[in-house]
Amino acid sequence: MTKKVPISSRKKHKITDFVGGDVSERTTTQRIAALVPNPSPVEVTSGDDFVWTRKDLLGLDQLSPQEIVHILDTAETFREVSTRSIKKVPALRGKVVALLFFEDSTRTRMSFELAASRMSADTLLLTSKGSSISKGETTLDTIKNIEAMGVDVFVIRHGESGAAQMVAKQVTGSVINAGDGSHEHPTQALLDIFTIRQRLGRLAGLKVAIVGDIAHSRVARSNILGLRKLGAEVVVVGPPTLVPNKITAMGCSVSHSLDEVLGEVDAINMLRIQFERFGGGLFPSLAEYSKLFGMTSARLKRCKKDVLIMHPGPINRGVELTSEVADGPNSCILQQVTNGLAVRMAVLYLVSQGKID
Amino acid sequence: MTNKKILIQNGRVIDPANDLDEVCDVLIAKGKIAKVGAANKTDLRGAEVVDAKGKIVAPGLIDIHVHTREPGHEEEETIASAARAAVAGGFTTICAMPNTHPPMDDEIAMHYVIQRSLEAAAARVLPVGCITKNREGKQLAEMGAMLAAGAVGFSDDGNGISDSSVMQRALQYASMLGAPILQHCQESSLFGGSMNSGAIAVRLGLGGIAASCEEIMLQRDLDLVKRTGAKYHMMHASSAGSVDLIRRAKAAGLPVTAEAAPHHLLFTDSACMDYDSNFKMNPPLRSAHDVEALRHGVADGTIDTLATDHAPHTREEKELEFALAPFGIISLDCALGLYAKAMIDSGACDWPTLIERMTAGPAKVINSELGTLTPGAAADVTIIDPKKRWTVNVDKFASISRNCPYDGMKLKGRAIMTIIDGQIKS
Amino acid sequence: MKQILTAEQIDSTLERLYKAVTSQIPEDMPVAVVGIRTRGETIARRIVERLAKDKPKLHVDFGILDITFYRDDLSRKRGAPLVRATEIDFDIDGKWVLLIDDVLHTGRSIRAALDALSDFGRAEIIRLGVLIDRGGHELPIAADFVGKKRSVPTGQRIQIRLKENDDKEGAYIIKEEA
Repeated sequence: MTKKVPISSRKKHKITDFVGGDVSERTTTQRIAALVPNPSPVEVTSGDDFVWTRKDLLGLDQLSPQEIVHILDTAETFREVSTRSIKKVPALRGKVVALLFFEDSTRTRMSFELAASRMSADTLLLTSKGSSISKGETTLDTIKNIEAMGVDVFVIRHGESGAAQMVAKQVTGSVINAGDGSHEHPTQALLDIFTIRQRLGRLAGLKVAIVGDIAHSRVARSNILGLRKLGAEVVVVGPPTLVPNKITAMGCSVSHSLDEVLGEVDAINMLRIQFERFGGGLFPSLAEYSKLFGMTSARLKRCKKDVLIMHPGPINRGVELTSEVADGPNSCILQQVTNGLAVRMAVLYLVSQGKID
Repeated sequence: MTNKKILIQNGRVIDPANDLDEVCDVLIAKGKIAKVGAANKTDLRGAEVVDAKGKIVAPGLIDIHVHTREPGHEEEETIASAARAAVAGGFTTICAMPNTHPPMDDEIAMHYVIQRSLEAAAARVLPVGCITKNREGKQLAEMGAMLAAGAVGFSDDGNGISDSSVMQRALQYASMLGAPILQHCQESSLFGGSMNSGAIAVRLGLGGIAASCEEIMLQRDLDLVKRTGAKYHMMHASSAGSVDLIRRAKAAGLPVTAEAAPHHLLFTDSACMDYDSNFKMNPPLRSAHDVEALRHGVADGTIDTLATDHAPHTREEKELEFALAPFGIISLDCALGLYAKAMIDSGACDWPTLIERMTAGPAKVINSELGTLTPGAAADVTIIDPKKRWTVNVDKFASISRNCPYDGMKLKGRAIMTIIDGQIKS
Repeated sequence: MKQILTAEQIDSTLERLYKAVTSQIPEDMPVAVVGIRTRGETIARRIVERLAKDKPKLHVDFGILDITFYRDDLSRKRGAPLVRATEIDFDIDGKWVLLIDDVLHTGRSIRAALDALSDFGRAEIIRLGVLIDRGGHELPIAADFVGKKRSVPTGQRIQIRLKENDDKEGAYIIKEEA
């Protein structure tokens, strides 16, 4: 009856069922499948019967192409509101929108604040300076305290990736991600995409370059996801220290030469260089960076005639772009800001209509 | 010690140290293994009889990598609660890691762990001492004194020894004592993230920890082991590259051993997609290729032992943003079922191999005489029902903490009786 | 679903509404017609086209109102279908504005429309024209011009179909789902 215990010399066989089945497969399978979204050959439309049902906007990762187009189309509607003599509609009258800026961002905060007030919502504002955030309270404790005041929509800007998702799991109200760490900044990408569609009339088949610190950029990630879902091609450009190779898993291509991609793109989104990262030695100097990756009049001449030059702001003039480019006819930087308001009104409206389970 | 006689009848007795896999009886008397084979009438007289038909009777399971958190973080775990969690999971012996507050770097700390272990009267808790004073990676701790006080090995776990000259001295000194150095391989200058470096980390916007961060230190250590001849153990191997390095070192005859943790045998980094901090540990979850390599490593003996790296944290510590939450998860209460899922259910190895990695394997790493059913050995026995299907419920854990990603997971195979020194503990 | 008006009957009902309107159009004030999306817009458009033929010298501004943002029953139950833009690209100050909807029921849509209109300026006079007044008013709002009165019990709803929107024409009674 005794068998020897075989310890080595075991035949090598294919083991397939990792990840353990029960736990981690519950949500990841379909999202992994979306890692490389299929480019759409034709312009996506949301269709007349489409109904928005989400209560949160955490990122463009979770959204279907139809949902993204629905936001863009709704934003078109809200653009009209800003042209009226009374620039206000009562859609969110009596609702409370909490603007929780765990990380400072003057322009995103102002854009959301104005969007909320144009919808007749009341706003609560929390900024990192001089608040409980700097007193060591955890994010969830802060949120739960504010929720107890009766908040309908939380707009959250946070320095850590995944913060908006963490909060959404804990509150019953709607959550809008206004930028979390290096993860996503969906409203910024939506306004970028809205602006491209407005200026060029379509998205499918376009090629967009995103230039700069891709590794740490939530704007880049949301733009890649959104543009790919709507059928545009994306190339990310920067030095290897700022562009992780694995970013291609999101469906974009990588180039380390701005000059090589200039002639083939329809829009160029120049990301802001964060000076504080420069201390980390990710590139040798600002001068060398702008020489290799800065947008100048000379480079603009080698682009398609009606190429769009975009920037999420605030611009470091002379670093990412020269003033002639930033203020020239190809630039749509201020249009981006204007459109940001309409996009954020649309998002505030839609999530507040979304279903709560 | 007890004089009680226990007769475990008709179980499938697997004792890898003696190459034994046979349906027979095990007799325990005076806290020792008295006999393995067919019982006679004399054996039966006055004995408590345990019917183990259809069950596996194995030497008591050993986990050489447990964070008992005492002293310093008793709100997370204590030596006693970890010892009880071990018994619930079928473990008769665990090793307590010294990254406590203050770090356990002297002989008094070793006495403390052993005293606490005796008081708990659950699983045997053996102390691991620090390699360097205060775990600072600079000056060697008093390894000789700690060894005499009962330390089974030395580790600065939580950190690797970055300074190559300190590591060389540690290995040289330990070689004199014959004690193993347990290294947490992590090159600190390359470390700066919260999950595996790769497509998922890029997608989630989280800093990555590359496998090379582990492998570079392992490669350096193996060169130092070659020069010093010291007994070296690699803790929580997580990458295919590490398995390969260990395999080649063993083939070259170096005195090295390695361990693997259940999470590295079950999950890939895609489990982090929801920013659930219960999937955050160090080293991090890696790719399917790494999981496969680790399973093969366990199956072919490159990996000598399975060890949980049971790392308790309170709920408020773990309920933070992913990058801010501490590393580590717990699994002592449910580890056996997890190993069975990773290795048996997947077809990677059989029960005798799995039990070897949890008994004779770890005993060899810490130079222990435990982990066998040889007559005369301490009567540490774990009876396993390999067919028992059950669902992990963290609320029933004996551990104080709940930072466990396996809650709700359906498993097959569970320890149904844990006997330590001839006493039935559960 | 029960049909209460055929395509021909819709025509004659619209004719009555049109006649009532034309009899009251002022000659000393600028005129605008504003339809409430979606069927009100279609009816308003038909009225404006007819006016252009019958009174070629009369200048009539045409606008479309989307009242979604002004509703008092916005809720999380339904989700959010696409809201289309309001198109009023003229000044309504001092104008005689004819507001057109397909069915007058509770009056809440009209209340919302009046709120929305007031955000565009101060009309001199606002009049309301509807194809069908089905009764059941919940607000002190009545139509100035009505194509047809037809009372319908609570729990039922009148649905107007027009060829511009629905391919065929008719009016139907539908049981409302609880």
